[in-house]
Amino acid sequence: MLSVVRGAVTRLTERLGFPEPECRAVVRAVDEALTNIIRHAYHGQTGRPIEASFRSIRVRCDGVQKAGLEILLEDQGVRVDRAKLHGRRLEDVRPGGLGLHFIHQSMDTVEFRHRKGKNRLRLVKFLNAPEPHRNC
Amino acid sequence: MMQISVRHLDKITIFDVSGEIDFATSPELRKALLQELKERRMPRVVVNLQAVRYIDSSGVASLVEGLKASRDAGSRFVLCALNTKVGEVLRLSKLRTFFEVCDSEEQALAP
Repeated sequence: MLSVVRGAVTRLTERLGFPEPECRAVVRAVDEALTNIIRHAYHGQTGRPIEASFRSIRVRCDGVQKAGLEILLEDQGVRVDRAKLHGRRLEDVRPGGLGLHFIHQSMDTVEFRHRKGKNRLRLVKFLNAPEPHRNC
Repeated sequence: MMQISVRHLDKITIFDVSGEIDFATSPELRKALLQELKERRMPRVVVNLQAVRYIDSSGVASLVEGLKASRDAGSRFVLCALNTKVGEVLRLSKLRTFFEVCDSEEQALAP
């Protein structure tokens, strides 16, 4: 199923006009986020519900109108501890813990919250983002 | 989908990996690498990644485990023929310099 989602996100980002490396970045972030939901929120159980929505957005940031893609991923798994959402230090060479780094490296905005029994991850990628990781 | 095939050439094991290495398929790669390193203890293990279309963090983790197991076994662990997508992910993980990487399989097999 992850492969199907990657294919769909690839086509969507291409249609929205993202350059090829940024298409790969968004695909990577969504894939890693879904993997984290399955692994941590659902303890490795596949077949549990994950809601994904994708929306083309326009926002004003520092006086500049910017277009982008907003992605919302919601699950009903166990509440994720926000303190653990930082990944490990990259200098610490060992398996695991890279997914969160890939998400932060790939997206301009990464927000997590838990509300009404659901974990919600909001990811935003701007077209021609002037500065990476700027929250608007 | 991911495919793994194994070749043996003199005292070198060559893994040809193709397709997509992700949460669903990376355990198979990890198992194949660790089994080979444990059972055959070849002096050199080469992983040809030319035909890999996608690799995620769990795929990278499997390669790290292979590298660590090769060190325990006293083997060389070489990645070769990284395409743009695989090279990009290794670069992002800051692990590119941690691995021995060759541009081609010929280089990886050289004495």
